[in-house]
Amino acid sequence: MRKIIKYVIADILRNKIVIAYTAFLLVMSLSIFALEDNTSKGLLSLLNIILLIVPLVSIVFSTIYIYNSSEFIELLVSQPLKRKSIWLSLFSGLAASLALSFFIGAGIPILIYQPSPTGIMMLLTGLLLSVIFVSIALFASVTTRDKAKGIGKVILLWLYFSILFDGLILFLLFQFADYPLEKAMVAVSAFNPIDLSRILILLQMDVSALMGYTGAIFRNFFGTQIGIALAFIVLVLWMMTPLWLSLRRFTTKDL
Amino acid sequence: MIDKRKVTGDMNRLIIGYFILATAIPARAFAKIIKVGKGQVVTHIQQGIDMAAAGDTVLVSEGIYRQGNIVINKPIVLKGVNHPVLDGEKKYELISVKSPGVTVEGFLVRNSGHSSMTDIAGIKIYNTHHITVINNILEDNFFGIYAQQAAHCVIQNNSITAYAKETQLSGNGIHCWKSDSMHISANSVTGHRDGIYLEFATHSLIEKNTVQKNLRYGLHFMFSHNNTYTRNIFRNNGAGVAVMYTRHVTMKNNRFEENWGDAAYGLLLKEISDSDIEGNYFEKNTSGIYMDGSSRIEMYKNVFKDNGWAIKMQASCMDIKLEKNNFINNTFDMGTNGSLVLNTFKNNYWDKYEGYDLNKDKIGDVPYRPVSMYSMIIEQNPPAMMLFRSFITALLDKTEKLLPSLTPENLKDDYPLMKPLAL
Repeated sequence: MRKIIKYVIADILRNKIVIAYTAFLLVMSLSIFALEDNTSKGLLSLLNIILLIVPLVSIVFSTIYIYNSSEFIELLVSQPLKRKSIWLSLFSGLAASLALSFFIGAGIPILIYQPSPTGIMMLLTGLLLSVIFVSIALFASVTTRDKAKGIGKVILLWLYFSILFDGLILFLLFQFADYPLEKAMVAVSAFNPIDLSRILILLQMDVSALMGYTGAIFRNFFGTQIGIALAFIVLVLWMMTPLWLSLRRFTTKDL
Repeated sequence: MIDKRKVTGDMNRLIIGYFILATAIPARAFAKIIKVGKGQVVTHIQQGIDMAAAGDTVLVSEGIYRQGNIVINKPIVLKGVNHPVLDGEKKYELISVKSPGVTVEGFLVRNSGHSSMTDIAGIKIYNTHHITVINNILEDNFFGIYAQQAAHCVIQNNSITAYAKETQLSGNGIHCWKSDSMHISANSVTGHRDGIYLEFATHSLIEKNTVQKNLRYGLHFMFSHNNTYTRNIFRNNGAGVAVMYTRHVTMKNNRFEENWGDAAYGLLLKEISDSDIEGNYFEKNTSGIYMDGSSRIEMYKNVFKDNGWAIKMQASCMDIKLEKNNFINNTFDMGTNGSLVLNTFKNNYWDKYEGYDLNKDKIGDVPYRPVSMYSMIIEQNPPAMMLFRSFITALLDKTEKLLPSLTPENLKDDYPLMKPLAL
């Protein structure tokens, strides 16, 4: 298993797209921090990158990678190897290399320019989001045989998590404006890893504004150590569940 | 002043000694010093005061005095040496000043009684004038220093602390009611209900006080016209500072910091008019300034930094001039609840301004609209705060900037500065 992981990581890290992605993140975050005299404004720009670009690249790249290595997977399956370990090594390889490029591209600039609680939270959630979207990509690609269809599906998923979900929430909030939705919102935020990450970062960044009534509810929940721990557990669940589902599918799949 | 009296007293005594004329001159003409304390002839402070004549000094030596209420009913100086402790045993009011021209200095006043019927205070000034209360320490009293119908009083350098848990069960640090020409300076007030409370107190100067961690308001005044507040620090009070129903207020160079909570404001202005707010610093408040029904207020050279909302200006405000202020790193620069705008904004620096300056006169060429669409949405629908800073809200904000529909069109700064002012 370790050999396959090593092979996958080496293969991905040499990939031009991943190198370009790392370089892009690095250039963006360095220029953001260097150009903005106000570092918290820099963090804000970085927030949008982390919440939009990182999931997009993770999910699309992983899907394409899985489809492209279908022959390699078939070869591996013909060897005396457990399917489970093949799939898990693929996942580990993808997750490790994408997390690594995020860490190099955005993490190091954050640690240099803004090693504040907000920065650290951004780094952590960015890493988690990278891994979560790899796992979602695995699930999407294992359930669709056709490559074009699979990639389309994955892009729709990204669109849903980063834009449509929020639009839907906003719509519901206005439809049910007469009801006390504050507590429900806390629960709803668990259904979208991007939202959850954003709220965790927000709690560090906009503390003053969040001390208002609704903010206080968020803060009472997510601001405490139990809340933060719970939020991270939910994020880890977002990582494990699609992976587990895809693994179950892969072990019985007719390749 | 005290020393002078003492010196003249001593000199007089010398003259008396030399010319042996002691009996011819009535003792009352000289300021005496009456010493009170352990080992002295007089051990009760009240007894010392009763013995004193106008202009005398009652000097209280170190120690703990559990002697109930002390009434000062003649113009004397009551002075403590090394902060003698006056302990009210949670039953009494400690010092009641009922005569003009009294000075109370250098005591540690603690454990006054509590009452919901009368306002018991550590030091209370009753219907009189020209009182000086300086260098005292007040601990765990119901009200700290209380002035009713007083005039021309100096309250200076007192350190006032209480450990109140509930607002109903605690009084205010410095409380002035129906007073005039008070000078309250360099006091520190912690842990009371309101730090400094003024009602019907006029023509007063409140300066250099540090007011923090009080349960309700740091500073609270009503119907207190023509007062000046300078260089005070109001920090981390339960609901910040609230001022109401007053005109001609001058607030300069104060700091309002860390007032957090849904109903906490750096500065709440309700029905305030004809006032100046200048050179103040608002940092890390949920709302820096909240204005309701206020008019003719000029705000210059204030700094708003790291607040949730720098200013919440209700549509009921009019003729408010906001000029040359710095708005830095606030989550929202401004919030409002309607589209009517009768106020002017000019030459402020807004760090969220994205315009350009083609003619290089350091003033942006396109107006800045400080009310973002999302702050309007949150005003109507608070739970929407959950979606703040998501892609969709950024999208909405951008669309709104191109085609304003929700945000008040006239709430804008036509001459925003490109660079922050040095404040």
